[in-house]
Amino acid sequence: MTTNGGADTNGALIELRALVKTYHSAAGAFPALRGVDLDFGAGEFVSVVGRSGSGKSTLLNMLTGIDRPTSGTVRIAGTDIHHLREGEMARWRGRNMGIVFQFYQLLPTLSLVENVMLPMDLCDTYPREEREERALGLLDMVGLRAYAHKMPGAVSGGQQQSAALARALANDPPIIVADEPTGNLDSHAADAVVALLEGAADRGKTVVMVTHDPRLAHRASRTVSLADGLVVDASERPPQPADRRGAHGA
Amino acid sequence: MLRLAGVSKVYPGPDGGARALDAVDLTVWPGEFLGVLGPSGAGKSTLVNMIAGIDRLTEGTVWVAGTAVHTLGEDERSRWRGRTIGVVYQSFELLPTLSLLDNVMLPMDLCGLFHPRRSPERARELLTMVGLEEHVSKPPTQISGGQQQRVAIARALANDPPLLVADEPTGNLDSVTAEGILDLFVSLASAGKTIILVTHDESLTARFTRDIRLMDGQILSNDSAKGGEAGAT
Repeated sequence: MTTNGGADTNGALIELRALVKTYHSAAGAFPALRGVDLDFGAGEFVSVVGRSGSGKSTLLNMLTGIDRPTSGTVRIAGTDIHHLREGEMARWRGRNMGIVFQFYQLLPTLSLVENVMLPMDLCDTYPREEREERALGLLDMVGLRAYAHKMPGAVSGGQQQSAALARALANDPPIIVADEPTGNLDSHAADAVVALLEGAADRGKTVVMVTHDPRLAHRASRTVSLADGLVVDASERPPQPADRRGAHGA
Repeated sequence: MLRLAGVSKVYPGPDGGARALDAVDLTVWPGEFLGVLGPSGAGKSTLVNMIAGIDRLTEGTVWVAGTAVHTLGEDERSRWRGRTIGVVYQSFELLPTLSLLDNVMLPMDLCGLFHPRRSPERARELLTMVGLEEHVSKPPTQISGGQQQRVAIARALANDPPLLVADEPTGNLDSVTAEGILDLFVSLASAGKTIILVTHDESLTARFTRDIRLMDGQILSNDSAKGGEAGAT
């Protein structure tokens, strides 16, 4: 049903159609995305791979509404998100999407539990008196209950990323988007973070993860490969990384 | 405004751990623009974390604006920090999913010092003050690094705190952009804010009303104030 980027509308949660993004600079026009069609179904865990400059981050910025396409549409749960104005977009995003960044982007002056409460405070999604309890529950789920009152600077990178995932889940959004979530972590911490993303997908979240690490990409249920701003492979079953087998074995 | 006495910070580890700060005494007066210089690893960021109550000291006392920071519990420190100190970081630390306006409103929303209806207006005023009134609805990724740091300064001012602490605020910026950021800090100090700016860049010293040097967790020199008014209480 969601095997490739067919242009028909088939009830996918996320539908990208003819997506084009061209950046203009003094050096001329740079086409970052050159016509991308993709569907993501509810509960899918999709990895997006490709070299640096292939358009991965641009694709994610279109998906999250952090940047606007030059042409084409991004329809998520029936909403054409680029028809929303900035203020509407922020509200929509806060309730429908949790985003995990490579460098965590926790606020350094807030404790972990305060960071996790933030999306609930901003979107007014849960009653005020329930927010701390919910945040503590999410931190418990990612193994950080004992660190809830520590500041981000006092915990490891892997723990900061786990807290960032708890924050992404704060408003119980249907979609989690992760941009190189393991790019700053050692392989042990990276495995733990990907396991948490797998867990989110198992509980019904749609997870879209950009990564350049083929070993982690294969943990997803589907891999989309980008090259030069186009989808070159959107296979149901990712190819086996024969050339990389054993690279992380020791 | 601020008094540190005998402040030490030891990070646990083998051989008794690493002593990042070693019995530091420091007094900063209201309206001072204090530069804290020193090489990487000298203890500069640890000092910032002690002043802002982001990390706990091992020994000593920290008083900021009449509050004994070292005695506050976690929740108290959070509330106290939000109202008393604006912190500016090298990497800006804006939330990428929020517009510039929402980033600046955040401390007001969290601390409740301003009425919720007043906070958008105040955020817009602060962004206008730092020259970004045309960009208020954009996300941080669509503006330059220097502009992002201006937003971070506007956010640091949101709750109108008496003290600003900046940790290498120009470390990610080219020299021309850095000059603009320094100009902004100078004008804020002139307007009465107390500012502590940590940097490894010796070329900035001319902009401070006073500078101190950290080395191996200790203050090497403690220059007298350049401005005549700084010593008065």
